[in-house]
Amino acid sequence: MHRQPSPFFIVWNITTENLTIMSNRTPLFDEHVAAGGKMVDFAGWEMPINYGSQLEEHRQVRTDAGMFDVSHMVIVDLKGDRTREFLRYLLANNVDRLKNSGKALYSCMLNEAGGVIDDLIVYFLRDDFFRMVVNAGTRYQDLAWLEKQAAAFSVNVNERPELAMIAVQGPNAREKTLPLLAGSVRAAASELQPFFGVFDGDWFIARTGYTGEEGFEIILPADEAAGFWRALRDAGVKPVGLGARDTLRLEAGMNLYGSDMDESTTPLEAALGWTVAWEPAERDFIGRAALEKQREQGVKQKLVGLLLEGKGVLRNHQKVVAGVGLEGEITSGSFSPTLQRAIAFARVPAETGDTCWVEVRGKLLTARVVKPPFVRNGEAQIEL
Amino acid sequence: MSNIPVDVKYAKTHEWARINEDGTVTVGISDNAQDQLGDMVYIEVPGVGQTVTAEEACAVIESVKAASDVYAPIGGEIVEVNDSLTDTPETVNQDAYGEGWIFRLQPADKSEMDDLMDADAYEEFLESEAH
Repeated sequence: MHRQPSPFFIVWNITTENLTIMSNRTPLFDEHVAAGGKMVDFAGWEMPINYGSQLEEHRQVRTDAGMFDVSHMVIVDLKGDRTREFLRYLLANNVDRLKNSGKALYSCMLNEAGGVIDDLIVYFLRDDFFRMVVNAGTRYQDLAWLEKQAAAFSVNVNERPELAMIAVQGPNAREKTLPLLAGSVRAAASELQPFFGVFDGDWFIARTGYTGEEGFEIILPADEAAGFWRALRDAGVKPVGLGARDTLRLEAGMNLYGSDMDESTTPLEAALGWTVAWEPAERDFIGRAALEKQREQGVKQKLVGLLLEGKGVLRNHQKVVAGVGLEGEITSGSFSPTLQRAIAFARVPAETGDTCWVEVRGKLLTARVVKPPFVRNGEAQIEL
Repeated sequence: MSNIPVDVKYAKTHEWARINEDGTVTVGISDNAQDQLGDMVYIEVPGVGQTVTAEEACAVIESVKAASDVYAPIGGEIVEVNDSLTDTPETVNQDAYGEGWIFRLQPADKSEMDDLMDADAYEEFLESEAH
């Protein structure tokens, strides 16, 4: 196991009154500030929440092309002859679904109790080389867990902190990005199928995203990130902050680790049952026994989508009332700029039907239970 | 750097109040307040004819980030509300002191305006709040 030192700045902010927490900066920090980014702390990183208008940025991604700095996320390369075997055991989804080089899989990584340690994307590159991208907020837990579990399979776990990542998303994202890629990879990148990636030296271009729109997520060396960001900006791709990232992924029906699930929830309670590969039955994976038991006994809670019937904004942790003695909670609440209505995910009792009430500032407001996604390719997927 | 015009007075809760020629007072929220709250999505304006006292919560503004009460800077009777905010709540972000006005009232006691801060005092207030 080999960990490289991080070239990113570690910044101490000392005010006159108290020593504030140290925070990391990505290679694009100066670009964000120059573009008017409102910088906030996110998982120990100074990130732009918006560049002036979160709603404008959201619209930009739904109608044109926007770009996100996601360099704070964690890129981990797994190498060794038994890597595939290791991942078959480690992950709730089955990497044997990945037969062609470059193909990606979305999966949960569980603990022995079936609780979600993180959700992640893993790319099959060679039988002895897979790449994983995990969340910034779970960096330490994830790396510790990976190292612990990989030992038995002699798999090398190598974090790649010298790589940055930029996501370009929107109906025009691919068209605006392709001319900016090196000639050597442009053709391959333009032919990428969804959920596939391709290498070009240290660059890795994947047709993936967290917005429900078309686009790429591009991994590249940190020292080339600012130049590429500026080239994208000059091509008309607008920078988009974390605020819009959250409203986009919620509209797209995508879970956020830490809000919609954590180590105390199983995938079955987080609307992620579809990411658990039960077949083949002989495949043991960490947490399988606990999930099977839960499935047998009946899962008591479920994660559902909510659409507020009237005016207002749904917010995290608001109480949900599904019936007498049946209460739940909003896990991700917000306002959908595309639908112009409040939407949310909520964890509610399994018996919850088509409607429920949400307690908003002391009043019970009616909400309809809907199946996400709320929006796909800019269009409403639910009846308003 | 916030916009702090001198032709209005300010409450500690970040509302502004402007005396009109006809003696009524127009109320909105300051540029600092709209910037802190972010993009507005809903505004619940008070009812015309409603009587309010100074510091009474009488409107609600909801941004993507948070919901916030708007307090009457002085007491009086609401004579007009800005209905256009229902369709374009973002006007509060774009023009906080102009088209983003929220309601207009007939003051019960004009001297209550003296309890509010002028532009310099509000600017100092903002600086002290930042620490």
